[in-house]
Amino acid sequence: MAAIAQTETAGPRGQSTRRRSTSRWTIMPATYLVAIVALGLTIVPLLLVVVNGFRTNADINGNAAGLPNPWVLGNYTAILKSAAFWQLIGNSALVSVVATALVLVLGTMAALALSQYEFKGREFFYNVFVAGLLFPITAAAVPVYLELQRLGLLDNQFGVAIPEAAFGLPLTMIILRPFLRAIPGELREAALVDGASRFRFFVQILLPLAKPALVTVGLLAFVTTWNQYFLPLLVLQTQSHYTLPLGTYMFQTTYSQNVAGIFAYSAMAMLPALGAFVFAERYIVAGAAGAVKG
Amino acid sequence: MSQRTATEAGLGPAAADDSAAAGPLRAHRRRSPKLIKRTELTILLAPGLILFVGFVFVPIIIAAYYSFFSWGGYGPLGPSVGFKNYSFAFHDLYFIHAIEHTLILTVLSVVIQGPLSIAIALLLNRKFFGRTFLRMVIFAPYVLPPAVTGIMWNLMLQPNGFVDQVMKSLGLGGLVQEWLANASLTLWVNFVVLTWQYIGFGIVLLLAGLQGVPRELKEAASIDGAGPWEVTRRITLPLLAPTIRIWGFITVIGSLQIFDIVWILTGGGPGESSETIAVYLYTKGVQATDYGYASAIAVVLFAFCFVFALLYQRFALRRDMQGALTREVG
Repeated sequence: MAAIAQTETAGPRGQSTRRRSTSRWTIMPATYLVAIVALGLTIVPLLLVVVNGFRTNADINGNAAGLPNPWVLGNYTAILKSAAFWQLIGNSALVSVVATALVLVLGTMAALALSQYEFKGREFFYNVFVAGLLFPITAAAVPVYLELQRLGLLDNQFGVAIPEAAFGLPLTMIILRPFLRAIPGELREAALVDGASRFRFFVQILLPLAKPALVTVGLLAFVTTWNQYFLPLLVLQTQSHYTLPLGTYMFQTTYSQNVAGIFAYSAMAMLPALGAFVFAERYIVAGAAGAVKG
Repeated sequence: MSQRTATEAGLGPAAADDSAAAGPLRAHRRRSPKLIKRTELTILLAPGLILFVGFVFVPIIIAAYYSFFSWGGYGPLGPSVGFKNYSFAFHDLYFIHAIEHTLILTVLSVVIQGPLSIAIALLLNRKFFGRTFLRMVIFAPYVLPPAVTGIMWNLMLQPNGFVDQVMKSLGLGGLVQEWLANASLTLWVNFVVLTWQYIGFGIVLLLAGLQGVPRELKEAASIDGAGPWEVTRRITLPLLAPTIRIWGFITVIGSLQIFDIVWILTGGGPGESSETIAVYLYTKGVQATDYGYASAIAVVLFAFCFVFALLYQRFALRRDMQGALTREVG
């Protein structure tokens, strides 16, 4: 509103230039203000967790909002030296890698079937996968638990990875199928005429072309599984089978007085997800945006 | 269906051997292209479909079945109790409150995070120094494990903790509350933390949507004499509407099943002041080892999502078809 009012009273110049310049003068400061506030609100808590990991408990209890005095490495080195922490990382990695592999292999196969073949019921099958978005894993967790019990997969990392993969398939199909369909059919015709089998065409031509989408799908599956809390909470009972989020919460409840230690543990627990994100931000954000367009 | 799949799967390897022996694939394809296609389709589609149906659809059916029993989770299925689990749930004030809390969080998410994300996205949708970096930072909380987000805010919101100290140093000490222990506040505190984690996703989503609004349209409108506010209201927002509607869908489905952050931040308490449906499901069903009851709650939670999705599809998403058409024409 303020922008409009100013436009009316702005000096006698060409209309469009006038608008553009006034909007620049009113909107740009607002943009920077919002940018700085958003940056601060996001980054300060993250930094706080990391920095507090370098403090002593007495220091934090004395002043919760100060800088470390003295700086200590002990909290972090204790975690890095603890076998329990590495076991959590290993378990999370196992669960996430298995789930990601399943999503990539089975999701790609199904997406190929639903994009490269003409057959009756193709749209039906696609819609079945898409409908999966409505099935919240939280609601399904209890029956999944009972199903895993029957299959003998309780308290087993695969018992987490397999359902996670199943719940990752809808998003995979939503991202992959449009991508594969957008690859021109002439390419396939040409390859088949040249004597390549359909399988060779898929593996040697189609999938390399679909690499960006595959990377996105894989990263989304990996991060989602890595972060999952509810399903592991139900399925995993032995502490040595816990995943990282579960173990971090366990650490917090067990050593609730060791505030600095919990900060350090949280920082270490954030690191893998944040690290993956920093290196692959483009693909993850593309996935989030791609989910909308598909 | 399963019978046919079995036959085809059985024929699959045999057919492949045959072709290998016969030499060129194409000769074989000419012989029975239909069969080959079906075999290929089955091999490609069946594994994913079985995994998906087995762990996404079947569990809800199992839950619906178990919800009619009283059962501790081990041994043979307990005595059938008809609709007793459901009638107990809807007569349990705690469950009614859990539904209320969940709906409040859902409405807050849409009504507050929505306009906020749109406003921020609109402001950030221009070239300025550090834009790429900012977009990355804003999105970052979304990829954190929600459990860790819960732990970190739990620590920061402790009495005399980081949040209190910052407020005091800003001269807002009088506003300091027992954030996690004041029953009339906990739902709001949970909402703020949920917003911290999830708003970046909305902003980045909307920024991506804004990329799809052609600049020529905005320029044409402003040459025709429309002010920036009018351009936003009459051009940008209508073209952004499909993205906003999808955001709304994702947000509502996500909010209905909130568990991690609430569970770790306040544990649904104090008392049951911040208990959501999913937290109720966990405490009254799973922890109480009443799996029949837990299944009934799971079915109710699913029903909420399903009914919302149907209504949304009917009344909101359908218009996206028109939006897509307009966009193509324009």
